[in-house]
Amino acid sequence: MSQATLRIQKMSAHSGTVPGQDTQRQYTVCKLVDTTTCIGCKACEVACVEWNDMPFSPTTFDNTHQTMPETRWNYWNLILFNEHEREDGTLQWLMRKHQCMHCAEPGCLEACPSDGAIVQYSNGIVDFQQANCIGCGYCITGCPFNIPKLNSVTKRVYKCSLCADRVGEGLEPACIKSCPTGCLHFGSKEDMKDLAEKRAKQLRDHYGFDKAGVYDPPGVGGTGVIYVLHDATQPELYGGLPGNPSIPLAVKFWKHPLKWLGNLAMVGGLIGLFAHYLKYGPKAREEEDLAPKGEV
Amino acid sequence: MKPRGMIGYHPEQVIPHDHILRYSFKERLNHWIAAGSFIYLMLTGLAFWSPWLFWIATVLGGPELSRMLHPWIGLVFFVAVCYMFTLWSTQMNFEQVDKEWWASLRYYITNQDEKMPPAGRYNAGQKLLFWSFFGGAILLLASGCVLWFTESIPWNLRWLRYISVVVHAGTALLLIGNFMIHIYMGVFAERGAFGSVIRGDVSLAFAKRYHPGWYKEIVGETENQK
Repeated sequence: MSQATLRIQKMSAHSGTVPGQDTQRQYTVCKLVDTTTCIGCKACEVACVEWNDMPFSPTTFDNTHQTMPETRWNYWNLILFNEHEREDGTLQWLMRKHQCMHCAEPGCLEACPSDGAIVQYSNGIVDFQQANCIGCGYCITGCPFNIPKLNSVTKRVYKCSLCADRVGEGLEPACIKSCPTGCLHFGSKEDMKDLAEKRAKQLRDHYGFDKAGVYDPPGVGGTGVIYVLHDATQPELYGGLPGNPSIPLAVKFWKHPLKWLGNLAMVGGLIGLFAHYLKYGPKAREEEDLAPKGEV
Repeated sequence: MKPRGMIGYHPEQVIPHDHILRYSFKERLNHWIAAGSFIYLMLTGLAFWSPWLFWIATVLGGPELSRMLHPWIGLVFFVAVCYMFTLWSTQMNFEQVDKEWWASLRYYITNQDEKMPPAGRYNAGQKLLFWSFFGGAILLLASGCVLWFTESIPWNLRWLRYISVVVHAGTALLLIGNFMIHIYMGVFAERGAFGSVIRGDVSLAFAKRYHPGWYKEIVGETENQK
Protein backbone atom coordinates (compact mmCIF):
# COMPACT_ATOMS: atom_id res chain seq x y z
CA MET A 1 0.00 0.00 0.00
CA SER A 2 1.68 3.15 -1.21
CA GLN A 3 1.96 5.85 1.42
CA ALA A 4 2.62 9.19 -0.24
CA THR A 5 2.75 10.88 3.14
CA LEU A 6 5.63 8.72 4.33
CA ARG A 7 9.18 8.98 3.03
CA ILE A 8 11.09 5.81 2.24
CA GLN A 9 14.52 5.12 3.71
CA LYS A 10 15.16 1.55 2.49
CA MET A 11 13.85 -0.18 -0.62
CA SER A 12 14.24 -3.81 -1.64
CA ALA A 13 16.35 -4.74 -4.68
CA HIS A 14 16.72 -1.13 -5.77
CA SER A 15 19.78 -0.16 -7.80
CA GLY A 16 20.70 3.44 -7.20
CA THR A 17 19.52 5.87 -4.57
CA VAL A 18 16.12 5.62 -2.92
CA PRO A 19 13.80 8.39 -4.19
CA GLY A 20 12.97 10.91 -1.50
CA GLN A 21 15.43 9.41 0.97
CA ASP A 22 16.43 11.80 3.77
CA THR A 23 14.16 14.60 2.52
CA GLN A 24 12.30 14.49 5.81
CA ARG A 25 13.41 13.38 9.20
CA GLN A 26 10.85 11.50 11.22
CA TYR A 27 11.11 9.88 14.60
CA THR A 28 11.07 6.11 14.72
CA VAL A 29 7.68 4.79 15.77
CA CYS A 30 7.15 1.80 18.02
CA LYS A 31 4.37 -0.38 19.34
CA LEU A 32 4.70 -1.52 22.95
CA VAL A 33 2.96 -4.75 23.92
CA ASP A 34 2.75 -5.35 27.66
CA THR A 35 2.11 -9.11 27.79
CA THR A 36 1.48 -8.88 31.54
CA THR A 37 -1.75 -6.94 31.07
CA CYS A 38 -3.07 -8.68 27.95
CA ILE A 39 -6.30 -10.55 28.73
CA GLY A 40 -6.50 -12.27 25.34
CA CYS A 41 -9.75 -10.59 24.31
CA LYS A 42 -8.75 -10.48 20.60
CA ALA A 43 -10.16 -7.00 20.09
CA CYS A 44 -6.90 -6.15 18.32
CA GLU A 45 -7.32 -9.14 15.98
CA VAL A 46 -10.80 -7.97 15.00
CA ALA A 47 -9.72 -4.34 14.66
CA CYS A 48 -6.88 -5.40 12.37
CA VAL A 49 -9.15 -7.45 10.11
CA GLU A 50 -11.72 -4.63 10.05
CA TRP A 51 -9.39 -1.72 9.37
CA ASN A 52 -7.43 -3.57 6.70
CA ASP A 53 -10.68 -4.72 5.09
CA MET A 54 -9.76 -8.39 5.06
CA PRO A 55 -12.10 -11.13 3.89
CA PHE A 56 -13.37 -13.54 6.54
CA SER A 57 -10.81 -16.11 7.64
CA PRO A 58 -12.06 -19.32 9.30
CA THR A 59 -10.88 -19.88 12.86
CA THR A 60 -9.58 -23.11 14.35
CA PHE A 61 -10.61 -24.23 17.81
CA ASP A 62 -7.91 -26.29 19.52
CA ASN A 63 -9.01 -26.12 23.18
CA THR A 64 -6.91 -23.04 23.86
CA HIS A 65 -7.55 -19.33 23.71
CA GLN A 66 -5.83 -19.00 20.34
CA THR A 67 -7.81 -18.09 17.24
CA MET A 68 -5.75 -20.12 14.73
CA PRO A 69 -2.35 -21.84 14.66
CA GLU A 70 -0.49 -19.16 12.66
CA THR A 71 -1.02 -15.76 11.10
CA ARG A 72 -2.33 -15.85 7.54
CA TRP A 73 -2.03 -13.62 4.50
CA ASN A 74 -5.35 -12.06 5.55
CA TYR A 75 -4.89 -12.38 9.33
CA TRP A 76 -1.87 -10.31 10.32
CA ASN A 77 -2.29 -10.16 14.07
CA LEU A 78 -2.70 -13.16 16.36
CA ILE A 79 -2.66 -13.56 20.13
CA LEU A 80 -0.49 -16.61 20.75
CA PHE A 81 -1.55 -18.53 23.84
CA ASN A 82 0.58 -20.75 26.07
CA GLU A 83 -0.45 -22.39 29.33
CA HIS A 84 2.85 -22.45 31.13
CA GLU A 85 3.51 -24.56 34.21
CA ARG A 86 5.96 -22.82 36.51
CA GLU A 87 8.56 -24.56 38.66
CA ASP A 88 6.33 -24.31 41.74
CA GLY A 89 3.56 -26.15 39.87
CA THR A 90 1.31 -23.15 39.41
CA LEU A 91 -0.07 -22.25 36.00
CA GLN A 92 0.44 -19.10 34.03
CA TRP A 93 -1.43 -18.06 30.90
CA LEU A 94 1.00 -16.33 28.60
CA MET A 95 -0.50 -14.30 25.80
CA ARG A 96 1.53 -12.51 23.22
CA LYS A 97 0.30 -10.37 20.38
CA HIS A 98 2.14 -11.79 17.37
CA GLN A 99 2.58 -9.66 14.25
CA CYS A 100 5.32 -8.16 12.11
CA MET A 101 8.09 -6.84 14.36
CA HIS A 102 9.13 -4.05 11.96
CA CYS A 103 12.84 -4.81 12.38
CA ALA A 104 15.31 -1.96 11.97
CA GLU A 105 17.30 -4.40 9.80
CA PRO A 106 14.52 -6.36 8.06
CA GLY A 107 15.45 -9.82 6.76
CA CYS A 108 12.49 -9.77 4.37
CA LEU A 109 13.74 -6.59 2.69
CA GLU A 110 17.26 -8.01 2.54
CA ALA A 111 16.07 -11.18 0.80
CA CYS A 112 13.56 -9.58 -1.61
CA PRO A 113 14.65 -9.61 -5.29
CA SER A 114 11.90 -7.32 -6.59
CA ASP A 115 12.51 -3.60 -6.95
CA GLY A 116 10.47 -1.71 -4.36
CA ALA A 117 8.30 -4.65 -3.25
CA ILE A 118 9.39 -4.09 0.36
CA VAL A 119 10.11 -0.64 1.76
CA GLN A 120 11.06 0.79 5.11
CA TYR A 121 9.65 4.24 5.76
CA SER A 122 11.71 6.87 7.50
CA ASN A 123 9.63 6.27 10.66
CA GLY A 124 10.83 2.65 10.68
CA ILE A 125 7.66 0.93 9.44
CA VAL A 126 8.39 -1.98 7.10
CA ASP A 127 5.70 -2.26 4.44
CA PHE A 128 5.03 -4.62 1.53
CA GLN A 129 4.07 -2.99 -1.77
CA GLN A 130 1.96 -5.75 -3.30
CA ALA A 131 1.94 -3.98 -6.68
CA ASN A 132 5.66 -4.73 -6.98
CA CYS A 133 5.57 -8.20 -5.39
CA ILE A 134 6.36 -11.15 -7.67
CA GLY A 135 5.41 -13.86 -5.17
CA CYS A 136 8.81 -15.56 -4.99
CA GLY A 137 8.62 -16.03 -1.21
CA TYR A 138 12.22 -15.01 -0.49
CA CYS A 139 10.91 -12.68 2.25
CA ILE A 140 9.49 -15.78 3.96
CA THR A 141 13.02 -17.20 4.01
CA GLY A 142 14.53 -13.91 5.22
CA CYS A 143 12.14 -13.33 8.14
CA PRO A 144 13.29 -14.65 11.55
CA PHE A 145 9.75 -14.29 12.99
CA ASN A 146 7.66 -16.34 10.49
CA ILE A 147 5.59 -13.33 9.42
CA PRO A 148 5.17 -12.91 5.63
CA LYS A 149 2.38 -15.08 4.24
CA LEU A 150 1.69 -15.79 0.58
CA ASN A 151 -1.76 -15.55 -0.94
CA SER A 152 -1.68 -18.59 -3.20
CA VAL A 153 -4.28 -17.12 -5.57
CA THR A 154 -2.91 -13.62 -6.13
CA LYS A 155 0.71 -14.75 -5.61
CA ARG A 156 1.42 -11.74 -3.44
CA VAL A 157 2.81 -11.68 0.09
CA TYR A 158 1.10 -9.84 2.93
CA LYS A 159 1.80 -8.87 6.53
CA CYS A 160 1.08 -6.24 9.18
CA SER A 161 1.81 -2.74 7.90
CA LEU A 162 1.73 -1.22 11.39
CA CYS A 163 -1.22 0.64 9.85
CA ALA A 164 1.18 2.81 7.87
CA ASP A 165 -1.87 4.40 6.25
CA ARG A 166 -3.18 5.51 9.67
CA VAL A 167 0.22 6.43 11.09
CA GLY A 168 0.94 8.57 8.03
CA GLU A 169 -2.16 10.59 8.92
CA GLY A 170 -1.19 10.98 12.56
CA LEU A 171 -3.38 8.16 13.90
CA GLU A 172 -2.36 5.17 15.99
CA PRO A 173 -2.57 1.64 14.49
CA ALA A 174 -6.03 0.04 14.65
CA CYS A 175 -4.95 -2.61 17.18
CA ILE A 176 -3.75 0.07 19.61
CA LYS A 177 -7.04 1.94 19.36
CA SER A 178 -9.05 -1.20 20.13
CA CYS A 179 -7.13 -2.45 23.20
CA PRO A 180 -9.41 -2.31 26.29
CA THR A 181 -6.75 -2.93 28.96
CA GLY A 182 -4.17 -0.46 27.78
CA CYS A 183 -1.59 -3.16 27.29
CA LEU A 184 -0.87 -1.71 23.84
CA HIS A 185 0.90 1.61 23.47
CA PHE A 186 2.15 3.49 20.45
CA GLY A 187 4.61 6.34 20.15
CA SER A 188 8.24 7.09 19.47
CA LYS A 189 10.70 4.25 19.97
CA GLU A 190 12.42 6.32 22.65
CA ASP A 191 9.24 6.90 24.64
CA MET A 192 8.08 3.30 24.30
CA LYS A 193 11.44 1.97 25.50
CA ASP A 194 11.26 4.29 28.46
CA LEU A 195 7.71 3.23 29.30
CA ALA A 196 8.56 -0.47 28.87
CA GLU A 197 11.57 -0.23 31.16
CA LYS A 198 9.47 1.51 33.80
CA ARG A 199 6.82 -1.19 33.60
CA ALA A 200 9.46 -3.96 33.78
CA LYS A 201 10.96 -2.32 36.85
CA GLN A 202 7.54 -2.11 38.42
CA LEU A 203 7.01 -5.82 37.76
CA ARG A 204 10.38 -6.66 39.30
CA ASP A 205 10.08 -4.39 42.33
CA HIS A 206 6.42 -4.74 43.24
CA TYR A 207 4.91 -7.83 41.61
CA GLY A 208 7.53 -10.48 42.26
CA PHE A 209 8.47 -11.05 38.61
CA ASP A 210 12.21 -10.99 39.25
CA LYS A 211 13.06 -11.74 35.64
CA ALA A 212 10.69 -9.23 34.06
CA GLY A 213 12.23 -7.29 31.22
CA VAL A 214 11.89 -5.74 27.79
CA TYR A 215 12.20 -7.62 24.50
CA ASP A 216 13.89 -5.47 21.84
CA PRO A 217 16.25 -7.89 20.08
CA PRO A 218 19.54 -6.31 18.99
CA GLY A 219 20.21 -9.06 16.41
CA VAL A 220 17.86 -7.34 13.95
CA GLY A 221 18.88 -3.83 15.00
CA GLY A 222 15.99 -3.54 17.45
CA THR A 223 12.34 -3.82 16.49
CA GLY A 224 9.40 -1.50 15.94
CA VAL A 225 7.34 -3.75 18.22
CA ILE A 226 8.70 -4.31 21.72
CA TYR A 227 7.37 -6.52 24.50
CA VAL A 228 7.31 -6.38 28.27
CA LEU A 229 7.65 -10.02 29.42
CA HIS A 230 7.16 -11.50 32.90
CA ASP A 231 10.25 -13.57 32.24
CA ALA A 232 12.55 -11.92 29.72
CA THR A 233 15.05 -14.78 30.05
CA GLN A 234 12.64 -17.21 28.36
CA PRO A 235 11.00 -15.42 25.42
CA GLU A 236 10.45 -18.83 23.73
CA LEU A 237 7.62 -19.48 26.20
CA TYR A 238 5.62 -16.73 24.56
CA GLY A 239 4.54 -18.60 21.44
CA GLY A 240 8.10 -19.29 20.33
CA LEU A 241 9.43 -15.74 20.41
CA PRO A 242 13.06 -16.27 19.34
CA GLY A 243 15.64 -15.56 22.04
CA ASN A 244 18.20 -13.92 19.80
CA PRO A 245 16.71 -13.42 16.35
CA SER A 246 18.80 -12.25 13.42
CA ILE A 247 18.66 -12.42 9.64
CA PRO A 248 19.41 -16.10 8.85
CA LEU A 249 23.11 -16.71 8.27
CA ALA A 250 22.33 -18.40 4.93
CA VAL A 251 20.50 -15.27 3.73
CA LYS A 252 23.37 -13.02 4.82
CA PHE A 253 25.87 -15.32 3.08
CA TRP A 254 23.76 -15.50 -0.07
CA LYS A 255 23.17 -11.76 -0.30
CA HIS A 256 26.68 -10.61 0.56
CA PRO A 257 29.84 -12.71 0.09
CA LEU A 258 28.28 -15.15 -2.38
CA LYS A 259 26.79 -12.33 -4.40
CA TRP A 260 30.01 -10.38 -4.66
CA LEU A 261 32.14 -13.44 -5.34
CA GLY A 262 29.63 -14.61 -7.95
CA ASN A 263 29.48 -11.23 -9.68
CA LEU A 264 33.25 -10.97 -9.65
CA ALA A 265 33.60 -14.49 -11.05
CA MET A 266 31.05 -13.93 -13.81
CA VAL A 267 32.46 -10.58 -14.94
CA GLY A 268 36.03 -11.85 -14.52
CA GLY A 269 35.15 -14.94 -16.53
CA LEU A 270 33.76 -12.90 -19.42
CA ILE A 271 36.82 -10.64 -19.45
CA GLY A 272 39.12 -13.66 -19.17
CA LEU A 273 37.50 -15.49 -22.08
CA PHE A 274 37.59 -12.39 -24.24
CA ALA A 275 41.25 -11.80 -23.39
CA HIS A 276 41.99 -15.43 -24.22
CA TYR A 277 40.46 -14.98 -27.64
CA LEU A 278 42.47 -11.82 -28.22
CA LYS A 279 45.69 -13.61 -27.31
CA TYR A 280 45.21 -17.07 -28.81
CA GLY A 281 42.28 -16.71 -31.18
CA PRO A 282 40.39 -19.72 -32.49
CA LYS A 283 41.98 -23.13 -32.34
CA ALA A 284 42.14 -23.62 -36.09
CA ARG A 285 41.31 -21.56 -39.12
CA GLU A 286 38.09 -22.44 -40.86
CA GLU A 287 39.95 -22.79 -44.16
CA GLU A 288 42.21 -25.39 -42.57
CA ASP A 289 39.21 -27.39 -41.43
CA LEU A 290 37.58 -27.23 -44.79
CA ALA A 291 40.71 -27.77 -46.84
CA PRO A 292 40.77 -30.90 -49.00
CA LYS A 293 42.93 -33.78 -47.86
CA GLY A 294 46.62 -33.28 -48.32
CA GLU A 295 46.55 -29.52 -48.23
CA VAL A 296 46.18 -29.07 -44.50
CA MET B 1 23.42 -44.21 -44.79
CA LYS B 2 22.80 -42.22 -41.65
CA PRO B 3 22.46 -44.50 -38.62
CA ARG B 4 19.28 -44.11 -36.62
CA GLY B 5 19.15 -43.13 -33.00
CA MET B 6 22.19 -42.86 -30.82
CA ILE B 7 25.52 -42.52 -32.46
CA GLY B 8 28.07 -45.20 -31.72
CA TYR B 9 31.40 -45.68 -33.36
CA HIS B 10 30.58 -46.81 -36.84
CA PRO B 11 32.09 -46.50 -40.30
CA GLU B 12 28.64 -45.56 -41.59
CA GLN B 13 29.11 -42.24 -39.91
CA VAL B 14 31.56 -41.21 -42.60
CA ILE B 15 29.49 -39.19 -45.01
CA PRO B 16 30.42 -37.70 -48.36
CA HIS B 17 32.64 -34.65 -48.78
CA ASP B 18 35.04 -35.73 -46.04
CA HIS B 19 32.59 -35.27 -43.18
CA ILE B 20 31.65 -37.44 -40.23
CA LEU B 21 28.28 -37.47 -38.51
CA ARG B 22 28.91 -36.42 -34.92
CA TYR B 23 25.47 -35.76 -33.43
CA SER B 24 22.23 -37.50 -34.39
CA PHE B 25 18.99 -35.58 -34.74
CA LYS B 26 17.87 -36.74 -31.29
CA GLU B 27 21.10 -35.57 -29.74
CA ARG B 28 20.93 -32.20 -31.44
CA LEU B 29 17.27 -31.58 -30.64
CA ASN B 30 17.76 -32.53 -27.02
CA HIS B 31 20.85 -30.35 -26.80
CA TRP B 32 18.89 -27.33 -27.97
CA ILE B 33 15.95 -27.99 -25.66
CA ALA B 34 18.42 -28.09 -22.78
CA ALA B 35 20.26 -25.03 -24.13
CA GLY B 36 17.12 -22.96 -24.68
CA SER B 37 15.69 -23.77 -21.27
CA PHE B 38 19.06 -23.17 -19.60
CA ILE B 39 19.39 -19.75 -21.18
CA TYR B 40 15.89 -18.78 -20.05
CA LEU B 41 16.63 -20.05 -16.54
CA MET B 42 19.96 -18.24 -16.43
CA LEU B 43 18.48 -14.93 -17.58
CA THR B 44 15.49 -14.99 -15.23
CA GLY B 45 17.68 -16.33 -12.43
CA LEU B 46 20.16 -13.49 -12.90
CA ALA B 47 17.25 -11.03 -12.79
CA PHE B 48 16.37 -12.33 -9.31
CA TRP B 49 20.03 -12.52 -8.36
CA SER B 50 20.91 -8.85 -8.67
CA PRO B 51 18.96 -5.58 -8.70
CA TRP B 52 21.32 -4.49 -11.50
CA LEU B 53 19.90 -7.23 -13.72
CA PHE B 54 16.24 -7.05 -12.65
CA TRP B 55 15.46 -5.36 -15.98
CA ILE B 56 16.04 -8.71 -17.72
CA ALA B 57 12.83 -10.01 -16.12
CA THR B 58 10.99 -6.93 -17.37
CA VAL B 59 12.27 -7.52 -20.90
CA LEU B 60 11.19 -11.18 -20.72
CA GLY B 61 7.57 -10.29 -20.05
CA GLY B 62 7.59 -9.01 -16.48
CA PRO B 63 9.03 -10.29 -13.21
CA GLU B 64 5.81 -12.04 -12.12
CA LEU B 65 5.82 -14.06 -15.34
CA SER B 66 9.48 -14.90 -14.83
CA ARG B 67 8.74 -16.09 -11.30
CA MET B 68 5.86 -18.18 -12.58
CA LEU B 69 7.66 -19.78 -15.55
CA HIS B 70 11.14 -20.26 -14.07
CA PRO B 71 10.21 -23.45 -12.14
CA TRP B 72 8.34 -24.98 -15.09
CA ILE B 73 11.14 -24.26 -17.53
CA GLY B 74 13.40 -25.72 -14.85
CA LEU B 75 11.47 -28.98 -15.15
CA VAL B 76 11.95 -28.91 -18.94
CA PHE B 77 15.68 -28.40 -18.41
CA PHE B 78 15.84 -31.24 -15.92
CA VAL B 79 14.04 -33.65 -18.25
CA ALA B 80 16.35 -32.67 -21.12
CA VAL B 81 19.41 -33.25 -18.93
CA CYS B 82 18.04 -36.65 -17.88
CA TYR B 83 17.55 -37.61 -21.53
CA MET B 84 21.08 -36.38 -22.20
CA PHE B 85 22.20 -38.75 -19.46
CA THR B 86 20.59 -41.71 -21.19
CA LEU B 87 22.22 -40.68 -24.49
CA TRP B 88 25.74 -39.92 -23.35
CA SER B 89 26.50 -41.20 -19.86
CA THR B 90 28.17 -44.41 -21.10
CA GLN B 91 30.56 -42.33 -23.21
CA MET B 92 31.46 -40.01 -20.35
CA ASN B 93 33.54 -42.31 -18.14
CA PHE B 94 36.94 -40.92 -17.27
CA GLU B 95 39.67 -43.11 -18.75
CA GLN B 96 43.45 -43.13 -18.75
CA VAL B 97 43.65 -40.83 -21.75
CA ASP B 98 41.49 -38.29 -19.90
CA LYS B 99 43.98 -38.13 -17.04
CA GLU B 100 46.74 -37.47 -19.55
CA TRP B 101 44.51 -34.92 -21.26
CA TRP B 102 44.02 -33.05 -17.98
CA ALA B 103 47.75 -33.12 -17.34
CA SER B 104 48.30 -31.46 -20.72
CA LEU B 105 45.53 -28.90 -20.28
CA ARG B 106 47.95 -26.00 -20.70
CA TYR B 107 48.65 -27.05 -24.29
CA TYR B 108 44.91 -27.17 -24.98
CA ILE B 109 44.43 -23.69 -23.53
CA THR B 110 47.31 -22.28 -25.59
CA ASN B 111 46.02 -23.91 -28.80
CA GLN B 112 48.91 -26.37 -29.15
CA ASP B 113 46.50 -29.16 -29.94
CA GLU B 114 49.12 -31.29 -31.66
CA LYS B 115 50.71 -31.86 -28.22
CA MET B 116 47.44 -33.19 -26.73
CA PRO B 117 46.91 -36.87 -26.00
CA PRO B 118 44.30 -38.40 -28.36
CA ALA B 119 40.85 -37.68 -26.94
CA GLY B 120 37.94 -39.98 -27.79
CA ARG B 121 34.48 -38.80 -28.83
CA TYR B 122 34.59 -36.50 -25.81
CA ASN B 123 37.67 -34.98 -24.25
CA ALA B 124 38.11 -34.76 -20.48
CA GLY B 125 36.81 -31.18 -20.41
CA GLN B 126 33.61 -32.15 -22.16
CA LYS B 127 33.17 -35.07 -19.77
CA LEU B 128 33.57 -32.77 -16.80
CA LEU B 129 31.05 -30.37 -18.34
CA PHE B 130 28.57 -33.21 -18.79
CA TRP B 131 28.86 -34.40 -15.18
CA SER B 132 28.74 -30.83 -13.82
CA PHE B 133 25.50 -30.20 -15.65
CA PHE B 134 24.04 -33.53 -14.59
CA GLY B 135 24.93 -33.07 -10.91
CA GLY B 136 24.04 -29.40 -11.05
CA ALA B 137 20.62 -30.13 -12.52
CA ILE B 138 19.85 -32.51 -9.64
CA LEU B 139 20.92 -29.97 -7.01
CA LEU B 140 18.99 -27.19 -8.73
CA LEU B 141 15.87 -29.33 -8.96
CA ALA B 142 16.02 -30.34 -5.29
CA SER B 143 16.69 -26.83 -3.99
CA GLY B 144 14.38 -25.32 -6.59
CA CYS B 145 11.42 -27.38 -5.40
CA VAL B 146 11.88 -25.95 -1.89
CA LEU B 147 12.00 -22.41 -3.32
CA TRP B 148 9.02 -23.11 -5.58
CA PHE B 149 6.80 -24.01 -2.63
CA THR B 150 8.62 -22.00 0.03
CA GLU B 151 5.40 -20.99 1.78
CA SER B 152 4.49 -24.65 2.33
CA ILE B 153 7.64 -25.48 4.28
CA PRO B 154 6.70 -25.71 7.99
CA TRP B 155 8.44 -23.29 10.32
CA ASN B 156 10.40 -26.04 12.09
CA LEU B 157 11.84 -27.16 8.74
CA ARG B 158 12.93 -23.65 7.79
CA TRP B 159 16.55 -24.83 7.58
CA LEU B 160 15.49 -26.41 4.27
CA ARG B 161 14.89 -22.90 2.90
CA TYR B 162 18.21 -21.67 4.21
CA ILE B 163 20.10 -24.54 2.57
CA SER B 164 18.12 -24.17 -0.63
CA VAL B 165 18.75 -20.48 -1.28
CA VAL B 166 22.50 -21.00 -0.92
CA VAL B 167 22.62 -24.29 -2.87
CA HIS B 168 20.43 -22.91 -5.66
CA ALA B 169 22.50 -19.76 -6.12
CA GLY B 170 25.86 -21.50 -5.66
CA THR B 171 25.05 -24.30 -8.12
CA ALA B 172 23.65 -21.82 -10.63
CA LEU B 173 26.89 -19.82 -10.45
CA LEU B 174 28.97 -22.95 -11.09
CA LEU B 175 26.80 -23.91 -14.04
CA ILE B 176 26.96 -20.38 -15.47
CA GLY B 177 30.75 -20.68 -15.30
CA ASN B 178 30.60 -24.02 -17.13
CA PHE B 179 28.14 -22.54 -19.59
CA MET B 180 30.40 -19.58 -20.43
CA ILE B 181 33.34 -21.86 -21.15
CA HIS B 182 31.10 -24.20 -23.14
CA ILE B 183 29.83 -21.33 -25.33
CA TYR B 184 33.34 -19.98 -25.78
CA MET B 185 34.72 -23.37 -26.84
CA GLY B 186 31.79 -24.32 -29.01
CA VAL B 187 31.18 -21.03 -30.78
CA PHE B 188 34.49 -19.19 -30.80
CA ALA B 189 37.46 -21.44 -30.07
CA GLU B 190 36.76 -24.70 -31.90
CA ARG B 191 35.71 -23.78 -35.41
CA GLY B 192 33.29 -26.41 -36.62
CA ALA B 193 31.95 -27.39 -33.21
CA PHE B 194 28.91 -25.12 -33.39
CA GLY B 195 27.98 -26.43 -36.84
CA SER B 196 28.22 -29.99 -35.58
CA VAL B 197 25.47 -29.48 -33.04
CA ILE B 198 23.32 -27.71 -35.65
CA ARG B 199 23.87 -29.80 -38.79
CA GLY B 200 25.29 -32.86 -37.07
CA ASP B 201 28.53 -33.33 -38.97
CA VAL B 202 32.15 -32.31 -38.61
CA SER B 203 34.95 -32.36 -41.13
CA LEU B 204 37.46 -35.19 -41.04
CA ALA B 205 40.11 -32.59 -40.20
CA PHE B 206 38.09 -31.48 -37.17
CA ALA B 207 37.63 -35.03 -35.93
CA LYS B 208 41.30 -35.81 -36.42
CA ARG B 209 42.46 -32.64 -34.71
CA TYR B 210 40.23 -32.63 -31.63
CA HIS B 211 39.06 -36.23 -31.23
CA PRO B 212 41.79 -38.46 -32.71
CA GLY B 213 40.66 -41.48 -30.70
CA TRP B 214 37.12 -41.18 -32.04
CA TYR B 215 38.41 -40.52 -35.56
CA LYS B 216 40.48 -43.72 -35.46
CA GLU B 217 37.55 -45.80 -34.28
CA ILE B 218 35.34 -44.58 -37.10
CA VAL B 219 37.69 -44.15 -40.02
CA GLY B 220 40.12 -46.86 -38.94
CA GLU B 221 43.87 -46.69 -38.66
CA THR B 222 44.59 -48.37 -41.96
CA GLU B 223 42.88 -45.82 -44.11
CA ASN B 224 45.40 -43.05 -44.09
CA GLN B 225 43.67 -39.70 -44.33
CA LYS B 226 46.94 -37.91 -43.60
